Amino acid sequence: MSQKERIIGGVANYVDERTGAAKWLNKNLKKVFPDHWSFMLGEVALYSFIILLLSGTFLTFWFDPSQRDVIYNGSYMPLQHVQMSAAYASTLHISFDVRGGLLMRQIHHWAALLFMASIIAHLLRVFFTGAFRKPREANWLIGVGLVTLGIVEGFLGYSLPDDLLSGTGIRIAEAILQAIPVVGSYIAFFAFGGAFPGHVFIPRIYTVHVLLLPGAFLALITIHLMLVWYQKHTQYPGPGRTEKNVVGYPLMPVYMAKAGGFFGIVFGVTAFLGAVASINPIWLYGPYTPGQISAGSQPDFYMGWLDGLVRMSPPIETHAFGHTISWNILIPGLIVPGILFTGMALYPFIESYISGDKREHHLLDRPRNVPNRTALGVMSLTFIMVVLINGGNDLIATHFHMSINQIMWMSRIGVFILPPLSFVITKRICLSLQRADRDLVLHGRETGRLVMLPHGEFVEVHEPISAEKAWTLTSHEQPKAIPHVSEDANGVAKPKSLVNKLRSRMSTANAEQRPAATATEAKELEGGHH
Amino acid sequence: MTNNSIEKFQDPGLPEHIHRKADHDEKAAKTAERQVAILFLLSAVGTVLAIGSYIFMPQDVVIFIPIMGDQNAAQLFLGLGIAMATFFLGMGAVHWAKTLMPDTEVVAERHEFRSEESDREDFVATVKEQGGSAGLGRRTLIKRSLGLAGGLAALTPIVMLRDLGPQPKKQLETTSWEAGTRLVTDPGDRPIKPSDLEVGAVAQVLPALKDGEERTLENIGKDAVLLIRLNPSEFNLDSERLSWTHDGIIAFSKICSHMGCAVALYEQQTKHLLCPCHQSTFDVTRAAKVIFGPAARPLPQLAITLDSEGYLVAKQPFTEPVGPSFWERNTK
Repeated sequence: MSQKERIIGGVANYVDERTGAAKWLNKNLKKVFPDHWSFMLGEVALYSFIILLLSGTFLTFWFDPSQRDVIYNGSYMPLQHVQMSAAYASTLHISFDVRGGLLMRQIHHWAALLFMASIIAHLLRVFFTGAFRKPREANWLIGVGLVTLGIVEGFLGYSLPDDLLSGTGIRIAEAILQAIPVVGSYIAFFAFGGAFPGHVFIPRIYTVHVLLLPGAFLALITIHLMLVWYQKHTQYPGPGRTEKNVVGYPLMPVYMAKAGGFFGIVFGVTAFLGAVASINPIWLYGPYTPGQISAGSQPDFYMGWLDGLVRMSPPIETHAFGHTISWNILIPGLIVPGILFTGMALYPFIESYISGDKREHHLLDRPRNVPNRTALGVMSLTFIMVVLINGGNDLIATHFHMSINQIMWMSRIGVFILPPLSFVITKRICLSLQRADRDLVLHGRETGRLVMLPHGEFVEVHEPISAEKAWTLTSHEQPKAIPHVSEDANGVAKPKSLVNKLRSRMSTANAEQRPAATATEAKELEGGHH
Repeated sequence: MTNNSIEKFQDPGLPEHIHRKADHDEKAAKTAERQVAILFLLSAVGTVLAIGSYIFMPQDVVIFIPIMGDQNAAQLFLGLGIAMATFFLGMGAVHWAKTLMPDTEVVAERHEFRSEESDREDFVATVKEQGGSAGLGRRTLIKRSLGLAGGLAALTPIVMLRDLGPQPKKQLETTSWEAGTRLVTDPGDRPIKPSDLEVGAVAQVLPALKDGEERTLENIGKDAVLLIRLNPSEFNLDSERLSWTHDGIIAFSKICSHMGCAVALYEQQTKHLLCPCHQSTFDVTRAAKVIFGPAARPLPQLAITLDSEGYLVAKQPFTEPVGPSFWERNTK
């Protein structure tokens, strides 16, 4: 036994005698993870979260979360002797007088954008492949919680510097609070410690931003990952991959090296962005004062869709019995987002109710094989894209020399027309792709070789595809519709018949499929054609 | 075919593993090893660059980068160094894993999460037995009083948030403007005479401070007013609102009636005020009537006149609350 082996053995022995961990560790170091590029999206989110913790901690060493008035006299000349809050002054200090401070600010902001972007990409991957199905519904709910908290955390984060742009964002948030019926003005006054802007809001959201929400993130991410670990990762369908197994590489050493290495790559990319790409140059905006504003006020992209909704809202308020209800704020600011996020959270349960499918699923769907779900996803994305574009309508207007009124009306109409249209188009495309798969299996691959037959006809030579590919393209399930039953076996009418009817119609739409090719058909074709 | 049943394609099983060159060729393996080492060395170079530029690079050197514009050289090289250090460290590890670590796929079994039927029954029995012995099902008095106590206990932390802020009282309804308050420039705090404003000009004004008063952001958030001078003939106002103007000068609250942003964009040609936040557009000639966007109410107009010294003053306070709507707002 070499010196090295003796040391490793000694450490392992020491740990195991005190924890009994050897069995557990041995099992888990051999844990198998399937390999696919789309499984890295969630990893990017995790790594950018770690980058956020590291860079954020660095920033807290200098940031002063206070709205006390100070006179700036740091090294940024244009704002010399200007009165501002300590929060803004200390952000300037970090940007200009701490070496690497601006870099860290920019890394922190880029990492936040990457965090949100990768969460959303990961969410879409999980949705479109059906990874949220039993037994992973709880993890889907945690994910919805994480994306919601992420939006809040990001908003609070870019509000902290107390510059003119972010102060305007806080003003809008205050107006949303104030618009809540009955208790709105009380909530706003409690949150801001009095009239807007007050002197307590920045310190309060600082505690939420650096302590409360990161703590919640840590807890939720831990449960999220433990569930992935315990339930084992899903895998894409393919030869040798079944609902009963998981095919991939062991944690030790391959995944440790790959995941650790990938963390380095994500950090490197964020650091590169922070180094070369300026983001949120708060010194250009000036300190916040409610009487001023800069043109082209834009939130970060994950808030932009909300802002776009608010912008396109029709000017409706109800004035009755001495009270005012601002529908123009409540509908786009609270009601529509509430419906969207509730719908998203409940989707796994709705789908399972419609399909009547209560089985476990570990093999992922190819999106084309579940046309209704895919179409619903694209429909939601289209909705978000239309309102997001409207959130940038002022910039689009100036960059493309368009009238802002036209853009607003285009999105007001588009937000109703385009999502259903995209649903229909996506569903048709999915069914066409199913047909293409069928053709590929039955008629083989187009080789591009043209052959002239003796009688002058040109045909293209098709080559049969491999058994592996044929299996991958045909192994998916063909769902069956749940027939509508209005009476039970004894002829007694079933209660809630309307609900049942709706369910049966939805499940019929869900089951619309082009049949997968079968070996029988392939053989028949072979017998007939050649 | 005699058999009429439909036969599906069969799972051919895991494809045969194809070995990499480095698995059997010692030379290729050596090459891969060298590549990994080069990546790690690049990372080391990055760290040297980062620390070097942190210590030695002067802080005031600005260099121009195409597309990105002027950049602070010290920040730039520090960042590029950190980026190199972490990126190539990661690339090295990934390249190592991909070329030299075992790449045979492993198959692990999955098991259904549902427990064995007997375990489930045992569990239910245990819960029933243990729960039953605690009397959870029977002792309704305990259950109900526990529910009451638990629910009430959760109220305390909510009640304790009460002191976060004062009650709104009338603060949302009132501003600092009173009859006779002078309009002063912001910034500068100078009183304004009509002759200071050309036709077509626009100015931000605030109420003059009383002795010993300080200007707070809370006040600015309610008091900010825009002063616009038009040709009196351009107004399209009823007689009351027209009497609130002075010689073509009209004053509106600058705080948007939608969500409280500063309505700062004035288009001289069309005489429209535009809020940059959500593009609510107000027509100055028609008492800031909303002509586009999500705002539901015009900007409140401030009645102005001249004092004995010829300076612009408010004729009366705002007749309605300024800023965004709220539940208690009594809009007539």
